[in-house]
Amino acid sequence: MKYIDEDRDGSMARGYARLIRTVTTCRWTLMEICGGQTHTIVKFGIETLLPPEIELVHGPGCPVCVTPLEIIDKAIAIASMPNVIFTSSEDMLRVPGSMKDLLAVKAEGGDVRMVYSPLDAVKIAQHHPHKSVVFFAVGFETTAPANAMAVWEARRLGLKNFSILCSHVLVPPAIEAILSSPHNHVQGFLAAGHVCTVMGYEEYIPLAAKYRVPIVVTGFEPVDILQGVYMTVKQLEEGRYEVENQYSRSVRREGNVPARRLLAEVFRAVDRKRRGIGEIPMSGYALREEFADYDAERLFKANAITVQESPLCIAGLVLQGF
Amino acid sequence: MCLAIPGKVLNVNKNVQPVMGDVSFGGITKRVCLEWIPDVKEGEYVIVHVGFAISKMDEKEALETLDMLRQMGENLDELGAVP
Repeated sequence: MKYIDEDRDGSMARGYARLIRTVTTCRWTLMEICGGQTHTIVKFGIETLLPPEIELVHGPGCPVCVTPLEIIDKAIAIASMPNVIFTSSEDMLRVPGSMKDLLAVKAEGGDVRMVYSPLDAVKIAQHHPHKSVVFFAVGFETTAPANAMAVWEARRLGLKNFSILCSHVLVPPAIEAILSSPHNHVQGFLAAGHVCTVMGYEEYIPLAAKYRVPIVVTGFEPVDILQGVYMTVKQLEEGRYEVENQYSRSVRREGNVPARRLLAEVFRAVDRKRRGIGEIPMSGYALREEFADYDAERLFKANAITVQESPLCIAGLVLQGF
Repeated sequence: MCLAIPGKVLNVNKNVQPVMGDVSFGGITKRVCLEWIPDVKEGEYVIVHVGFAISKMDEKEALETLDMLRQMGENLDELGAVP
């Protein structure tokens, strides 16, 4: 398939692996931010192609992993209520809450449905005017505009039975949390290509300068990852710390302007908890006050649910590379 | 979760709100929201995430990225570093 096959070319991947070996003179620790990139690294055995001096640390860029137990329990509480159709992408249905997961709610008779797009959840609300349809709005900046559009559409259509349980998280505050920690040993970042497709990469420029780390916006195919590693290592070896864009076939400096405009109209930045890490200031999105009628947490009074995460959980340490 | 894949735009319907179109992913066709790619045309490639096109593929940039290795490869040959 065009734009995929060429970036999985084995000889090209080996070529980059060779290039990385020729520029590497000492030990470097890099972090790939996005869980999608981690998936490619593991699936294609990228680490076996790298010289032993280069360590890849897998970062906190999987919204499924960082969603706190508390939000999962709120989702389960809302999904268990009568007259509710609870909709979600497939990956959130299996995440365990304190007692059970959303699939267990479904097994017990709850109306829990998997949808591909948040607009599908809006359609369900149109078709079931006497039910309350809730969409589980989890994800990074890549996903947030789609969920903003669902709320926007629900308002345009005059739907009174659609709401979202919102737990959006943002990437740059998480990078800053890692970099500002005394335990940090990450020296360069592969930034998440699809997050930057939406947001652009201007907000990473002050981070790279302040903490003196190269940040390379990187795609998701094996050749993308190897090229991203090469560009990051080259900067480290040359003593540079700039923001570079490996994924230029998709990422523009300013991102996707219409999508960003919609984000700004529907959401505002708020403090947000992450599983195992705790609260990071201004690291997430919540609905703006004018969209309060679409906020499932308020509608179903789920704010009262608080959960203490197990002190035995080391997810936060793993995700931050400590 | 941030999975997004490239697909070829088969048609664009600007008469609906938001703008929608059919996109083919290696033969599998899905209806996709094209609202955020204002100048998108039939035959172009877009990157799609949860039913929304989030960018248009830049063919020139894609080719240049792939070409970078070839250029580097030539330099490596000159350096005699290729095993």
